[in-house]
Order: sequence, then C-alpha cells, then structure tokens
Amino acid sequence: MKRAGFATRWLPILLLLPQLAIIALFFYWPAAHAVQSSFYLEDPFGFGSSFVGFDNYTHLAGNSEYGRIAQFTLLFTVLVTFFSLALALLLAVKADNVIRGAKMYRTLLMWVYAVAPPVAGFIGLLMFNQNWGPLAELAKSFGWDFKLGVNFGDTATAMVLVSVWKQVPVNFIFFLSGLQSIPKSVREAALIDARSSFRRFWDVTFPLLAPTGFFLLIINITYALFDTFGVVDVLVKGEPGNNPMTLVYKVYVDGFRGNDIGGSSAQSVILMVLVLALTIFQFRLVERRIHYT
Amino acid sequence: MAQVSLQNIRKVYPNGYEAVVPTSFDIKDGEFVVLVGPSGCGKSTLLRMVAGLEDISEGVLSIGDRNVNHVDPADRDIAMVFQNYALYPHMTVRKNIGYGLKNRKIAASEIEAKVQVAAKMLNLTDFLERKPSQLSGGQRQRVAMGRAVVRDPALFLFDEPLSNLDAKLRHQMRIEIKALQRRLGVTSIYVTHDQVEAMTMADRIIVLNAGRIEQIGTPAEIYHRPASTFVASFMGAPPMNLLKADCSEKRVILKGNVAVTANAADGPIVLGIRPEDIEVGEACDIPFTVDIVEELGAHRLLHGQLDGQDLTIHVGKDVAVSAGPIRISINPDAVVLFDAETGLAL
Ligand SMILES: Nc1ncnc2c1ncn2[C@@H]1O[C@H](COP(=O)(O)OP(=O)(O)OP(=O)(O)O)[C@@H](O)[C@H]1O
Ligand SMILES: [Mg+2]
Repeated sequence: MKRAGFATRWLPILLLLPQLAIIALFFYWPAAHAVQSSFYLEDPFGFGSSFVGFDNYTHLAGNSEYGRIAQFTLLFTVLVTFFSLALALLLAVKADNVIRGAKMYRTLLMWVYAVAPPVAGFIGLLMFNQNWGPLAELAKSFGWDFKLGVNFGDTATAMVLVSVWKQVPVNFIFFLSGLQSIPKSVREAALIDARSSFRRFWDVTFPLLAPTGFFLLIINITYALFDTFGVVDVLVKGEPGNNPMTLVYKVYVDGFRGNDIGGSSAQSVILMVLVLALTIFQFRLVERRIHYT
Repeated sequence: MAQVSLQNIRKVYPNGYEAVVPTSFDIKDGEFVVLVGPSGCGKSTLLRMVAGLEDISEGVLSIGDRNVNHVDPADRDIAMVFQNYALYPHMTVRKNIGYGLKNRKIAASEIEAKVQVAAKMLNLTDFLERKPSQLSGGQRQRVAMGRAVVRDPALFLFDEPLSNLDAKLRHQMRIEIKALQRRLGVTSIYVTHDQVEAMTMADRIIVLNAGRIEQIGTPAEIYHRPASTFVASFMGAPPMNLLKADCSEKRVILKGNVAVTANAADGPIVLGIRPEDIEVGEACDIPFTVDIVEELGAHRLLHGQLDGQDLTIHVGKDVAVSAGPIRISINPDAVVLFDAETGLAL
C-alpha cells in the first residue's frame, strides 16, 4: 500500500490535536482519576479521603451482591448477544432472498438504529406499561401478569427485549452485506450440489459468514456490557431496589447514588480491564481475519 | 448420460429483456455441443436455463426422457463448471469434490473412493487437503472439473470454464476436457466465446447471435459452409473475407473478372471466401496489391484491398511474398455466396 505523506511533521500533529485533546480530557484523565480513587476511601460528604490500598477490590470480591449482579450481567450479555445475532441473521437471510425488497427492509430496520438507548428504554417503558402497554397486554392475554419495575424477572425480560430490539439493525446490516458478498456462483454451485436449503445454509452460507459473525460477536458483547446503560437506566427508573442491573449500572448506582466513589472506581477499573481484554481480542481477530480466496 | 431436448425455449428477464428468442435443438446422448457467440448473445442464459438456475419463460426442456422445466437444479442430474470455478472457499479440495455426493446420501466410504478416482484422473491427489486459496488457477479449474466428474451426471454444463487461464494452460485443458468427456461419454453443453475452443472441442457447434440461433452444424460445416455472413465473420481467425460483388446472368463479377458462376438473381451479392482458399501465382487471373505481410512462422497473412474492400490471404511459409503487386485467383469451389440484404447464404 502506498503511504500518503505530509510536507511537514507538525501538520499531522496539529490536525490530530483536537481529537487528542478530547480523548485526553474525557478519557485518559478520568480513567487515571478512577484508577487513583479506587485505592482511596472517600468520605461521603467530601471531607477528604484516606488511602486503603486494595481494600476496595477485596471488598468487591467478597461482596455477594456484586457477584449476583456479575452473574446477571453475564446472563444478560449472553441472551442479548445471542438473540440480536440470531434474529438479525434470520432477517438478513430473508431479506437477501427478496433482493428487490432488500433496500426497503434495510431502511426500515435502520430506523431503529437511529433511536438513542434511553429513548429505546423509554419506548420499552411505554410498551410494557402495566396498565395499557401493548406488550404487557399481550403478555396478559397469555396469562402473564407483566410487572415492569416491580418483578425482577419481568424487568429483566423487558431489558433483554429492548436491548435486542435496539441492536438487531446493526447486526442485520452487517449480515446482509456479508451475505451479498458471497459470490453468486458459489451459491449456485451449492444449489446444484444440495437439494435442501437447510443444508446449503449450514454447509455453505453460514461458514462463509463466519468472519462477519466473529466480528459482530465482539461488537455485541461490548454493546450488551456497556452500551445498554441507557436502556437499563430508564427501565429501572433509578430505583435499583429489587430490580436487575448490569455491572456498568452498578458503577453508577454506587458512585452517584451511594456516594461510594472508591468502590465505584474499583468497579469501573475492573470493567476497564474487561474492555481492554475484549478490544485486544478483537484486534487480534481482525488481524487474523479469516480471508478466504 | 442422456439426450437433451429444447423445444421453443424462450427467456424474458423480469425487466422485459428477451435474452433468448424461442429456440429449439436436440442433443444426442454423449454428444459434445458448443454454444458460441459474441458477448451478451444469451449463451449463459440458455445454459443456466438448462441447469435450472434461471427460470424458463416458455418452452419445454427435457433431459433424458424427463421434462425438467420445474425440477430443482439438484434433481436434474447435471453438473456445472463455472467460469470462476465457484469452489467452496472454506472446504478442502476433498470436501469440495465430495460435497455433491454427500448430499445424495452416498456412504462415506464410497464417496472417498469416488473422490480418489476423480482426483487421480485430474492429478489432484497431492492437493486433497488444501483449500482453494492455496491452489493455482489451473488447479482450481481441475477441482471444478473434479466436482463435476465425481457425480457421474447425465449432463455436463460448462460456462466458459477456461477463460480465466493463460493461453498455454487453456490449450492443455481444452484437450484434457475433451479427452475426459470422450472417456466418460457424458453428454455436454459447453459455452464459450472463443471460436477456436468451439472448433476444436465440439461434435456440433451452435452459433448464437442476439438470442437467436444462426447455425447448427459440425465444426467443418460451420467453417466451410457458414449459413450467414455473421457466422462467416465470427468463426475463423482471420475470418472469412466478405466481398461485395455484382451478379449478372448467373455470373458473379469481381473486379471485372468472373469469380464464380451462381444460380442467383441479378444484382448485388456478397461473396465469401476463406483466406486459405485464395491462390497466389503468376498464372492467376486477378491482380492484387499486398499492403502488409504478417509473418506468423508456419504461414503468412497478406493484407490488401480488392476493389476498395479489405482482403486477407493465407499462404504457406514456402510462398515468398513481399508487399507489392501480385496475382491471385479465387477457388470457386470454396466460395460461399450470401444475400446482400439478409446476409443469409444462398
Ligand atoms: N438478470 C438479468 N436481467 C436482465 N437482463 C439480463 C440479465 N442477465 C443477463 N441479461 C441480459 O441478457 C443478455 C444475455 O446475457 P448472457 O449472460 O446470457 O450473455 P452471454 O452470451 O453469456 O455473454 P458473455 O459471453 O459476456 O458471458 C445480455 O444482453 C444481458 O445483458
Ligand atoms: Mg456468459
């Protein structure tokens, strides 16, 4: 590949400066601050703080509530990732079959992507409204008395549904373009080789989508872990109580509601390490991205 | 192995474009038929209709004695070799070749045996564990062939299988495919736009033009007795010379000389003559000026103008000619006359 060069050394740095400043200001500085405060016990009323070493971390390790939330987060992430990938794949395969309508499908599904997470959560809130929410009504017609924000399982279900709904369009777009990049003649060869469309899908289409799938898997795990904050926030209405929440939300609750800055910082450092690990894994994957042909 | 019959097969694409006008022909059991024609004439469309990859708009297609108009591609008992080979990139050569068998509920041991035989036939034994991306173009081509022969189908379909290979490999594979088809005796339809491939491989050639059959015949018939000026100028390199001439009193006059006598009406006529059917010599009757001599080693091509029309002459390497005036004569037995209006042979 040919590299384009700059005439002076300073110009690129100058051009990068605004972005670097933003990253430093909104990421590195707070991150460093979080690492620092995770080693301190902060007075809830702001009267100084004392160094406590790894106490905040060891405290978390022994905390059963934190363990439970971690478990829920794991389950939540698995469910959201699985369903948003599976549903998107199904839609993409269907849309791919009707090439004429594909553009329309794409546009319609993309609208959802434009919805901000808190707004998605709010829509979920309306849909699951106990008195008149259409989805709650639907559940009721099956004999399921849906109590959002009161019943743990019901709230968790709503959280998963809304998060999946929000993520499907992104996956759909990637899957659809993945499907359309499979050479037409390869599919036609499969058409001659295998009678069953089920076999053709699992033997030919699915393996050829695998690179797209791996990539989306990471994206979706990251999404379920972190980007669902807005959805969770709206659905539990800032009243954690008996409600399910994810690790990211717990950081917020402990830090800003519980005023436990040290503990909350320790939690966010743990999450930071998790993101770092995922990111490294993803880069590795992209580097070794399976290139057929 | 089977005969194939197309009756009034027509293709109109959803956008209204008629790619194939109603077309009929039969292919005998074990016959190698080549569909040839310029780009966009509907060769692939016709082949893909036979394969079942494209709907047949009208007409009846039968393979063997079975009407297969509405039969799935997998059930037509055909195998197809694609221009870009269409190998499954994630499967090894072994799996690529065996995949069609696996889906036909054949025992694994039998599949392995058949794959081995096919691989041996195509010199692929050493590559069975490789993925297509680890093969050269020629080897991929062989795998595509292997995928077809292993199935032992009633009909082979080839869509320009050699056009991605270099000239030398193309020549070699041409002979191998032909030999393989002879040996297996499988009825084959082969699409190409390369008239040399058509001439050398075909038992019978079908020349297509704009979705219409121009001529069906053996390579010799197509070459020596073209049914139209289109076929005359499409087949052969260099193509047949086509000269506008006049016919009067059953005689075709070319540059004041009687070239040939013909049972045709008076008026303008097109005279077709292959470059190798023109003789050069002192005793010949037509004066001609050579502008350019093309030296090709085994023979030479002489280019010049006769009556203001381009003419190419093919002479052996022993005939010494240089640019300048010479005398030529046209072999009247080799002349094909065409209607000046319709372009059809008279
Ligand atoms: N899906 C389609 N919709 C509309 N028109 C099409 C479609 N596919 C092909 N055509 C048209 O039908 C005609 C025949 O196409 P076809 O692919 O059969 O040509 P071909 O003879 O195989 O040419 P080539 O030698 O370039 O492969 C072309 O004019 C092409 O533009
Ligand atoms: Mg074609």
